Amino acid sequence: MYKIVDARTVGLNIRQLVIEAPRIARKYQPGQFVILRLHNKGERIPLTIKSSDPEAGTVTIVVQSVGKTTAMLSCLETGDSILDIVGPLGRPSEIEKFGTVAILAGSVGTAMALPTASALKQAGNHVVFVEGARSKEMVIFEDELRDASSEAYVMTDDGSYGEHGLVTKKLNDMLDAGRKIDFVLAVGPVPMMRAVAKITTPLGIKTMVSLNSIMVDGTGMCGGCRVLMGNQSKFACVDGPEFDASQVNFEVLMQRNTMYRDKECASLKAFNEQKDTQMAQLRADLAEEAEHHA
Amino acid sequence: MPDMNPAAPAKNDLPLKERMKIARTRMPEQDPAVRACNFLEVNLGLDPAAAANEATRCISCPKPGCMMQCPVNVKIDQVIALVYAGEYLKAAAKMREDNILPAITGRVCPQETQCEGGCALGKKGNSVAIGYIERFIADYERISGQLGVPPMAPPSGKKVAIVGSGPTALSAAGDLIQKGHRVRVFEALHELGGVLVYGIPEFRLPKDIVRLEIDNLRKMGVEFETNVVVGKSVTIDGLMNEEGYSAVLVATGAGLPQFLNVPGEHLNGVYSANEFLTRVNLMRAYKPDEYDEPVYDCRGKDVVVVGGGNVAMDAVRTSKRLGARTATIVYRRSEVELPARREEVHHAHEEGVEFRMLSNPVELLGDEKGWLTGVRCIRMELGEPDVKGRRRPIEVKGSEFDIPAQVAVIGIGTTSNPLIQSTTPDLKTNKWGYIIVDPETARTSKRGVFAGGDIVTGSATVILAMGAGRKAAKGIDDYLRTGEWA
Repeated sequence: MYKIVDARTVGLNIRQLVIEAPRIARKYQPGQFVILRLHNKGERIPLTIKSSDPEAGTVTIVVQSVGKTTAMLSCLETGDSILDIVGPLGRPSEIEKFGTVAILAGSVGTAMALPTASALKQAGNHVVFVEGARSKEMVIFEDELRDASSEAYVMTDDGSYGEHGLVTKKLNDMLDAGRKIDFVLAVGPVPMMRAVAKITTPLGIKTMVSLNSIMVDGTGMCGGCRVLMGNQSKFACVDGPEFDASQVNFEVLMQRNTMYRDKECASLKAFNEQKDTQMAQLRADLAEEAEHHA
Repeated sequence: MPDMNPAAPAKNDLPLKERMKIARTRMPEQDPAVRACNFLEVNLGLDPAAAANEATRCISCPKPGCMMQCPVNVKIDQVIALVYAGEYLKAAAKMREDNILPAITGRVCPQETQCEGGCALGKKGNSVAIGYIERFIADYERISGQLGVPPMAPPSGKKVAIVGSGPTALSAAGDLIQKGHRVRVFEALHELGGVLVYGIPEFRLPKDIVRLEIDNLRKMGVEFETNVVVGKSVTIDGLMNEEGYSAVLVATGAGLPQFLNVPGEHLNGVYSANEFLTRVNLMRAYKPDEYDEPVYDCRGKDVVVVGGGNVAMDAVRTSKRLGARTATIVYRRSEVELPARREEVHHAHEEGVEFRMLSNPVELLGDEKGWLTGVRCIRMELGEPDVKGRRRPIEVKGSEFDIPAQVAVIGIGTTSNPLIQSTTPDLKTNKWGYIIVDPETARTSKRGVFAGGDIVTGSATVILAMGAGRKAAKGIDDYLRTGEWA
């Protein structure tokens, strides 16, 4: 059992949870993720770690409700627990001195990109952080964005906050203005990462993307997270999650990510229709587990 | 059979000729048509009378081939004598001297190539059903509630970390705790048991049995910690230098799934057998009303499973139980060469699995939305024997044919998982990435670190993994007592 020591809403349908997990907190490096399972009949889902506090023994994750498990997780409060969390998984981000670095983050991807941005800044890079969100309510961690970067921009799709447009507009603006960009990290929805790759690949700008493929175990054992890099298969859980954008077959990734979409929608709908009962059941199950563990 | 004198159990006085007239006991099974729709165990087990009858058949060879052919040399002759005498708990205890997981191996060992293959009666295809007897005494012991906690040595003050919780790890844990060491098992997944839980299906090995064996180890004092990926959550050096472990056993088991490397393997509906079985077994996707884990809905679908081993058989029979309209094994050699346990092949046939032998996939076909529609295969013929003596399959040019399929499961084996080796640079591996050990002591190239099971040998059987665990336990105990690492 892993206790949630702090839970708060940071944006529309976006929650930040601080979870007691001492082993993960000690070993975490930017770019790595956890897999968690809420209750004994739950699925395992991967979530990127936003930060860790080795002394307090906690890790911070940010979750956007998209399916049943993330919706349930979003309903949990300070003092609740989850059944399982494992990590840190995946390879850490490559931290080097590149020169000027552009970090392009879409929606909840901002949380994942923040620690890598900080590390890149500390390594002596000039970090330009561009956060994109659908609208003002989904802009998250604006203050942290400024701390983690040398230059920060917020873009909204509807122009309700910051500048109007997608993150790729800002990237194009910078390139059009003749700014030299040495390294790009894009974290967000697959179409956004694909759009970034389309711009940077022809220009030969080294670009990494953080891939959110479907996973079960997270240790390389199942191969469900395989992504096509050129004509080679790689496992996102152990070879990634960050990959060279110029090699990624985004079409295959998008296809594979739809594999369980119907089921995901159906189970989310069922959950939302009986949210209170389901949450009461979850807490009862967890209380029973806690007793069992004690 | 009344037990007049506990020191000398009743002896089988039946003349050998008479014993050999008794027919081999048949294992009672669920009806194939019924079991193909449920996940309950296929084999129902022997009753005491059937077990005693089977034990009567043993002709007590002076040099028991069964024992010699057993990878852990269980004293099968003595076990059978105790069963004959009706001393089932004593038989179980005798079994546990060499094999701490008899309820499991009784179900999953390939007996026909091991103990039963060494049975003198087997030469006429009529060996004593040692596997059935083994399972019977283990089940008898479990149901009696008298699962034995063996005598324990006084505490040694030494701590041993075991990485993984599959058969190698569990058998090593059992031995090491008895020798007085503190033992902690680290498991990457949320549930203990390794392949026994995520790999082997419920209908072949009920998970309650695995849980009970683990509970028994817990009673003996073994500690378990789930959700620890050694190499990530903590390193081997961390365990030894910061957490005070004097020795570490690496028993991480099977590795990364192999794919076919043919076009179309990224289509939706294509799984590795590891993923398919993990979703169904560990994550209980076979109970979709209770559990959140999805697996591709097999109901009314055509499922093709590529491979001929136990894993492929498990996957194909699982798909049948999940409601597949057709469930087909595609294997590049012929049925004689199928590496699976004979009983599994037999059961699969009975359950309506189709076998497309001498066929090999060359492409997976999909629709414009990226979903699998079929498997394109080519016919094979058998050529000259390879180094292992198996006839090499050769493609028959121009013989391609398509099998319709909406689900394909690839069960053609695994390669080593580099997770631990990559964070433990002084751990030497061979060219395939498996950890190199001294075969006698299970010592690796790194002082205090031992390894055993599939991470050393590549995919093998539960009993071989258990044997490796016992050997490693002995190696570790010797090292902890002498402190010598020559």
